Amino acid sequence: MSQPIEFHPSFAERSKAAVNDAHLRQSFRGAMDFLQAKRRAQFPDAAALETLRDLGADIRRYALANLPALLEQLEAQLTANGVKVHWAETPDEANAIVLDIARRHDATRMVKGKSMVSEEVGLNHAMAAAGIEALETDMGEYIVQLAGEGPSHIIMPAIHKTKQQIAELFAAKLPGVSYTDNVDELIRIGREVLRKKFAAADIGLSGVNFAVAETGTLYLVENEGNGRMCTTVPRVHIAITGIEKVVAKLDHVVPLNSLLPRSATGQPVETYQNFISRPRQPDELDGPDEVHLILLDNGRTQAYADVQLRATLQCIRCGACMNHCPVYARIGGHAYGTTYPGPIGAIISPHLLGLADTYPLAFASTLCGACAEVCPVRIPIPDILIRLRNEAQARPGTTAASLRGSGAARTAGISAIWRVWSLIYSRLGLYRLTSWFMSRGRALSPTEQGAWTKSRTPLVPAPKRLRDLLRERQR
Amino acid sequence: MGSDTQRTRRYPPKPADAYLFATCLVDQFAPQAGLDTVRLLEREGIAVHFPEEQTCCGQPAYSSGYPDEARAVARRQLELFTQPWPVVVPSGSCAAMMRHHYPKLFANDPALLAKAVALSDRIFELTEFLVHVVGFRREDCGAPCTVALHTSCQARREMGVAETSGALLADLAAVTVAVQARAEECCGFGGTFAVRQPDISAAMVTDKVASLKESGAQSVVSADCGCLFNILGRAAKQDELAGRRQASLPGEHIASFLWRRTGERHEQ
Ligand code: SF4
Repeated sequence: MSQPIEFHPSFAERSKAAVNDAHLRQSFRGAMDFLQAKRRAQFPDAAALETLRDLGADIRRYALANLPALLEQLEAQLTANGVKVHWAETPDEANAIVLDIARRHDATRMVKGKSMVSEEVGLNHAMAAAGIEALETDMGEYIVQLAGEGPSHIIMPAIHKTKQQIAELFAAKLPGVSYTDNVDELIRIGREVLRKKFAAADIGLSGVNFAVAETGTLYLVENEGNGRMCTTVPRVHIAITGIEKVVAKLDHVVPLNSLLPRSATGQPVETYQNFISRPRQPDELDGPDEVHLILLDNGRTQAYADVQLRATLQCIRCGACMNHCPVYARIGGHAYGTTYPGPIGAIISPHLLGLADTYPLAFASTLCGACAEVCPVRIPIPDILIRLRNEAQARPGTTAASLRGSGAARTAGISAIWRVWSLIYSRLGLYRLTSWFMSRGRALSPTEQGAWTKSRTPLVPAPKRLRDLLRERQR
Repeated sequence: MGSDTQRTRRYPPKPADAYLFATCLVDQFAPQAGLDTVRLLEREGIAVHFPEEQTCCGQPAYSSGYPDEARAVARRQLELFTQPWPVVVPSGSCAAMMRHHYPKLFANDPALLAKAVALSDRIFELTEFLVHVVGFRREDCGAPCTVALHTSCQARREMGVAETSGALLADLAAVTVAVQARAEECCGFGGTFAVRQPDISAAMVTDKVASLKESGAQSVVSADCGCLFNILGRAAKQDELAGRRQASLPGEHIASFLWRRTGERHEQ
């Protein structure tokens, strides 16, 4: 596969390094506090928010419940509108489709609006390998591309960078640019570079926020106008998205879009909202001659096939779950090692990449539920994390092991520990005996309790158990 | 999430009898919290029954991804509460397990599912029970003090009882509840998370201890022993490393705190 995924060093090592990077922690903490406050300010009425979340969840559940029919309808509508629809099962297939279109147009220059699915398929690498320049035009994406990195957040790709780091990057990479950490100036410099690129590009590539089956409309939101440039200036526009992004009706976009920017960046509404339905018509002044939509599976059908895990596909990629995740706030996005970090990354990545390589993410959570509390479409993220833990440790060959990579985390030692634990706590006699010994032998309690005592004092049993105290009291 | 169903929870009138499910942590590591829970309830005229066969709610295995092992343990607890009395749990986390996760755990067994659902309706977190069922109101007899409150994530988000501990403390005339930064953020315990992700967990609890201390509180109270052990254990370790004799952040279970503040006696 062509995804730029790094699983080495391990998640444990990466997250440890990130936690100990004071700089990184400080910048994520500040950003997360800021985003949380902004979201809170957008939803002053708690009851109204809950009603809207119900609606958002229902719309997404309805779309998934009718997924095959809606995808067919979407394809038919788009085709009738003059948009060419392509289906890709794997990242390689998706890249091959893009390359094929590019070749037919002798294209060598591509401008890109923000698209996480293009990150997921490793599009930039595939284009570079074929001699096509694929330039990110979202300012955050542009910065991480210039730095040779991937995004650390699905909405704010360069959130891990300070303005000083960006200033140094621009000075080092852009000819004739000297160091300035004036943010307005930095943006102006970036825009100047990008302007010229838009005008010269053969292909514009973008993501899709919602694909409307009823009308065959690709709905795309953004804040910088670069998305509109990418989808209107070049002769060819290629949109790429996951098969789950379909919604039934244009009306359904309204509540979803009321949730999306407010949950994501705490904006009341995005600056640019694009409804793309067809290529340029003879009487129209601008727009591309060709519009393509690539619908990617890449493991999504595995989630779709499972009653519980299907909820994963309700996601509208707002990023609120990562903005509120205490683990993400400590380690940042890169430590996850996957295209999608944070809580949504932990629950979607196993379908894209297999559980064997991604199960550590499911364990990197206290199950505190902050993600599910803010998720605008009510994905029960903690329940799904528990399910993935079950799957990761299930005995291969049993019905409990139903996913690609199930059982990969199973070890004989840990399984045995839980079996013994279960035996003790399900047999009163055994529990009484063990807990009695623990109380009586408390002086012998280990002072080294592994990872616990690295940062805490040891846990010591009380001299008498509650059951002893209650019995004494009755006498 | 549980809190979605919790929004509409209806509470029964104060009962003459109630069960105590003390939790394995309280039984073994914090029996005083259990004893003080019993005293608090008895003083309100409620006869407290402690089924001896109780062990653990099963959450450690459930959240670690061992559902069969969790089920074997949970199944035993399903059998304990034969009378139709409420079951009071001095832990939001274990209460949430029994109230919201038992029905999921037994979803494939109709007979046990019926039992789990029936039990789920009778599960109350202690502070929820004191506020909404008992109507707890006692005079504060303690000296003025400032405490910080830590509410567990399960109490807050699964049981939907983010306010009840605070309401009980607010009723105590001489107690000031300190304002802390990011009160709603997890302390980093998360059961086996604390040992599985030691560095992330340590970072989280260190931040939590810092914001509790910065709040100006003299001590911390919580209705969940897991969080308390994590927070107090971290603070004590910091004291140890700094060579401090006195605890820089002492703390206790809210049951003990309430019992002490309201006179420690049955008749007032
Ligand atoms: S899981 Fe929910 S909160 Fe997270 S990105 Fe998706 S929609 Fe947003």
